[in-house]
This record gives sequence, structure tokens and C-alpha cells, in this order.
Amino acid sequence: MATPTLATQLLHVLAASLLLISFAMLAQRRTRRLIILLAWQGAVLTASTLLVATTAHLDHLYYSAALTLALKVGLMPWILMRLMRRLGIEGDSDSLVNIPTLMLVGLALVIFAFGLAQPISSLATTVTRQTLGVAMAVILLAFLMMIARHKAVTQVIGFLAMENGLFFAANSTTYGMPMVIELGIALDLLVGVFIFGIFFFQIREQFDSLDLHKLEALKED
Amino acid sequence: MELVLVLGIPVLGAALLALVGERRRAADINVAISLATLIAAGALVLRVIVEGSMTMAHEQFFIDPFNVFLIALTALVGFTTAVFSRPYMRIEEEHGRLNARRLRLYHSMYQLFMAAMLVALSTNNMGLLWVAMEAATLSTVLLVSLYRTRASIEAAWKYFILCGVGIALALFGTILLYFAAERLLGSEGMSALLWTRLDAVKGQLDPSVIGLAFVFLLVGYGTKVGLAPLHNWLPDAHAEGPTPVSAVLSGLLLNVAMYAVVRCKILAVGAMHSALPGRMLMGFGLLSTLLAAFFLWRQRDIKRLFGYSSIEHMGIITFAFGMGGPLANFAALLHMTVHSLTKSAIFFAAGHASQIAGTQRIDGIRGLLSISPTVGWGLMLGTLAILGMPPFGVFASEYLILTTAMREHPWATPILLGALGVAFAAIFGHVQPMVFGETDARRLPHSPALLPVFVHLAMVLALGLYMPPALAEWYRLAARLIG
Repeated sequence: MATPTLATQLLHVLAASLLLISFAMLAQRRTRRLIILLAWQGAVLTASTLLVATTAHLDHLYYSAALTLALKVGLMPWILMRLMRRLGIEGDSDSLVNIPTLMLVGLALVIFAFGLAQPISSLATTVTRQTLGVAMAVILLAFLMMIARHKAVTQVIGFLAMENGLFFAANSTTYGMPMVIELGIALDLLVGVFIFGIFFFQIREQFDSLDLHKLEALKED
Repeated sequence: MELVLVLGIPVLGAALLALVGERRRAADINVAISLATLIAAGALVLRVIVEGSMTMAHEQFFIDPFNVFLIALTALVGFTTAVFSRPYMRIEEEHGRLNARRLRLYHSMYQLFMAAMLVALSTNNMGLLWVAMEAATLSTVLLVSLYRTRASIEAAWKYFILCGVGIALALFGTILLYFAAERLLGSEGMSALLWTRLDAVKGQLDPSVIGLAFVFLLVGYGTKVGLAPLHNWLPDAHAEGPTPVSAVLSGLLLNVAMYAVVRCKILAVGAMHSALPGRMLMGFGLLSTLLAAFFLWRQRDIKRLFGYSSIEHMGIITFAFGMGGPLANFAALLHMTVHSLTKSAIFFAAGHASQIAGTQRIDGIRGLLSISPTVGWGLMLGTLAILGMPPFGVFASEYLILTTAMREHPWATPILLGALGVAFAAIFGHVQPMVFGETDARRLPHSPALLPVFVHLAMVLALGLYMPPALAEWYRLAARLIG
């Protein structure tokens, strides 16, 4: 295997920090810090997209990086923060999580993700091919976070983190999806976040809490 | 041109209703828009019959016999549901469950939902298909929680999160598909996402990548089909949303998701040269059918009951598409049609039944026949039809599926028959006392619009008794396309 260039090495550093942030999110109890971590994840994503754009000379990736910056670092964390302030749940924390166990499960997921990605990344021709494992790990860790948490806001953050992982996966296998599709996805995501916002208010109005444990009436008994 | 109308009318309609949806006439406008869409869809069907399959707008849209029949079905049920919802929602408003502002949201989102489904059905671009499927979810989430009760908010949240995660997995599958195709078709334009192009080169796509992509696509879109074990959202969303929404979710959205799965299966079978994708569909289908049949016993809510029945029928359809071959595909397509028509008719009747009784609880609904014979007979006939009693069309398609299964996969026949038997006993046992029996409930303030119920049931009956040769030929053509 050829010695990796500086760009690839930098890219691996960024991928590694993406994974680290995912673990930090898994361990973070406070909602406010989770949102900050989500914004950081967006920032690393922007940096890696920019890096790929410069090394591979792909114009459409510049737009996609700009879109990521605006949406995932700026708008969405801002909306979430604002919602939290309006709802008065800034200091909230999820106390029901057993973090050491969660970390161990997360580690197992990462190994699984790398195993799954191995045959695919060996086929890819992009400079980013080694990072597909990381992307899949980020998706799975976000999935785990959604399963393990019980607050509505935390589940949404998990959902957005998963979307970040998907975006990274698209970049590392194929240099991103065509621009039109990416715009469509971004639009859906944005509408989704707005609907989540409406939901927070509806849930709190009806249940006086954003704890999803209270949403357990509809069950097969 | 026809396609522009089919897609454009509901989009413009959604915008119009967002502006004037609070007026009393909004329900009439909704009906008019749906009728216009239906007429445009009819014109599109005629054109496909005359000219055959075609692509449009730089190959971004693609119409063949398979999807044009679903487009026509979607427009038809969309129209009849709009007709039904006019008096139904008025009664709901008078019962104080809704106000004018929420009705505006309802009407506008209803049209947007129709538009999203029609785009998903007609697009040739797998990426756009994903975007449209997600848009269909987003536009119905707020409709499920329209009543703002605790249960409805919980149902909508579950629907949103589960389908959101499911559809995210489908996006990953789409990315993998793009990755596999890009190596053959290049990244110029969007050719590596166009289904027709993919279909042309499917034999050369890398089998391992496509295999993985198909797993993600199946699980992702399968969540929206309501396949077990990811079916949890479906009964809740069907039970807690307003009845017209239950009818279109069950009659149309599940079909659209099924359509996406089938399109992906065609590619996967071609690339993998193996029966594995079919086997996976068969497995998921059988599991869903069986699970739903047993859950039917313990239901206490009339709309939940029929929600589980939808899971059961989607399972049967998935199983049939999994078997593949012209006959099984023919049966699956027929079953999609008759299930869609019958199930929406049942929801119409069940909606009025619960309005009469003032509750959706099965033991609270009694003696429908003595208060409103039309609602009672509508529910009874619809139930008999969905249970596969001859001479309704469901009998024909289920019979075809069972005989094909007997010939090709004999081991599956007892499982299917058992599930159908259990479902029959469960549903009939629940419905019989609701229709007959004594009651002291009163009549509704507005006469219910039951014309759609009987129109749907008449069509199902007609399909069971005599299928016009032209229609049969058309189904056969679509079935051959699916392979």
C-alpha cells in the first residue's frame, strides 16, 4: 500500500474525531452539551468535506460543505437551542442511562461496523474509502443513543447524528450524492426538525414533560 | 404533459388549501382537486396504453404499466377518500374534536401527501424516490396527531421516529446502490441513480455491495410497508389519526412503500443472480402475516383491528412478490388493488361506526344494523371481502397466491392457511357483534357519505367475478416487468 498523503492522514484524523464525538455524545447526559457536540460533529463534517473537495478537485463538494456548515453547524443547533430555552429545559439531564455499559456496547458496534465496511471500502476508489467504517460506526452509535435515551430532545439529537453519519458515508464512498438529491435530503431534514419542534410543544402541553416514559399508553397488553 | 398535471394539481391544491382551508367550502375544494388529479391520472393511463412505457423530463420520470396502475389507484382512492372526508370531518368538527385551523392543516397536508406519493410512484430517480417517501411521512405525521389527544401524539411520535429511522436506513441503502452503480455509469449527471439505467446494467453491478444495499433498502422501506418486526407504528397511527388519514395510510402509503421495495428487489435479483432477495421477502412476509394474525385476537379498538389486518395483507403481498414469477406477481398486484379498495372502504364504515357509538372500542359499538343499515352492511360486506370470502376479488388473489405457493414452496402453504384461518376467526368474531345486536345509540347529525364504500366494494366484487381481458392483459404485462 502506498504511503498515505498528508490529505489522507488529515482526513483520518477528522474521521477519528467524528467517532470520538459520537462516543462523547453517548456519554453525555446534559441536553445542552449534547447540542454543542452535535454542532461540533457538523463542523468536523464540514472540514472533511472541504478537504475532500480540495484534494479531489470537485466543485459540487464546496456547495455541499457550505450547505453542511449552514444547516448542521448553524441553523439546526440554533433551532434546538432556542426550543430548549422556550421550553425551559436547558439544564435537563437524562439520569436513567448506564454509561459504562453503553460504552461497551458502543465498542462492539464499532468493531461490527468496521467488519461490515471492509469488503465495500476495498472496492471504492475515493481517497476517503478507509473512512466508511467510521461512517457506519457513527450511524450505529447514533442508533444506540436513540434506543438508550428517553427524552424527546435527545432522541431527535440522535436522529440528527445518524443523518450526519449518513452524509459522511455518502462522502466517503462516492464523493457525495448528486447535488439535487442532497438538497432534497436537506429540505426533508429541515422540515423534520420543524415538525419535531411542534411536537415538543404538543407533547409538553399534553404530558407536562418531555420524558418519553410517559408515552406508554399504546401498548399491546 | 399528463404527468405534469398529475403531479402539479395536488401541489398547487395544497398551496391553495393552505390559504383558504379555513373556509366552509374547503372540503369541496379538496374534492374538486382530487377529482382533477383523478382525471389527469386517467389521461396518463390512456397515454401509456397507447404509447407504452416512457421516460420524461430527461429520464427523471418514468412510467410503465407497473407504476401507472398504482398511480391510477392512488388517484382514485385519493378522490373517494376526499368525498368521504367531507361529511365525516364536518361531524368531527361538530363533536368538537377539531376546529377550523386544524381542518386547514388537514386539507393542505392531505393534498401534499397525495403529491408526495405520486412523485414517489412516477420518479425514475432512486434518490428522488427516497426524498418523496420521506416527504410522505412528514406530511402525515401532523395528521396523525390532529386530535391532539395524548394517545394521538404518542402514536404520531412513534410513527415519526420509527419511520424516520427506517427511512434513514433506506438512504444508506440508496447511497450504497449509487456507489455500486457509479463505477459502471459514472457520476455525470444522475445516471447512476436512474432506475432504468440501473436496470439495464444490473447484471454487472457488484453483488456484495448490492446485497448489502438491498438489506438496508428492504429494512428501510419495509418499515413503511409495516413488515414485522418493524410494524409497531402502524396500528397506532391507523387507530389514532382521523379516519380519512387511516384510509389513505392503509390503502395507499403501504402500497407506495411496497412499490419501492419491489423496484429494489428487481435490481437486487438481477445483480446477485440468486434467489436470496426473494427468500428475504418471503420470510418477512410470512412473519408479518403470522404475527398480525395472532395479534388480531387481542384488539379492543376497531381501527387498530383493521390496522393489524393491513399488516397481515401486506405480509401476504410481500410473500407473493418474494416468490416471483408471472403468476405470483400477477396475484400480488391484484391483491394490492383489492386490498387498497377494500381496506379503505372498511375504514370509511368503521369511522362512521365509531362516530355513531361515540367510541372506537369494539365492545362499545353494538347493533349498527338497527341504527344505520348502510354503515352496518358496509362494515359487514367489507369485512367479508377482506377475509377473502368468494366472490370478492380478495378471494381470487389469495387463491392464486396459495396455489402458487403450493406448487413452488409447499412448506409455506400450511403457515399461510393457518394465519388466514386465525385472522378470519378473529376479525369475524369481533365484527359480528358490532353489526348485529342491541343498542341505544343515536343517529348522526349529517348523513354519512357511504357511496365510496359501496363503490369500492362493487369494484372489488367486479374484479372477483369477471376481470375484463384488457385489464388482465395489463396486469400480466406489469407482472412480467417485475420478473
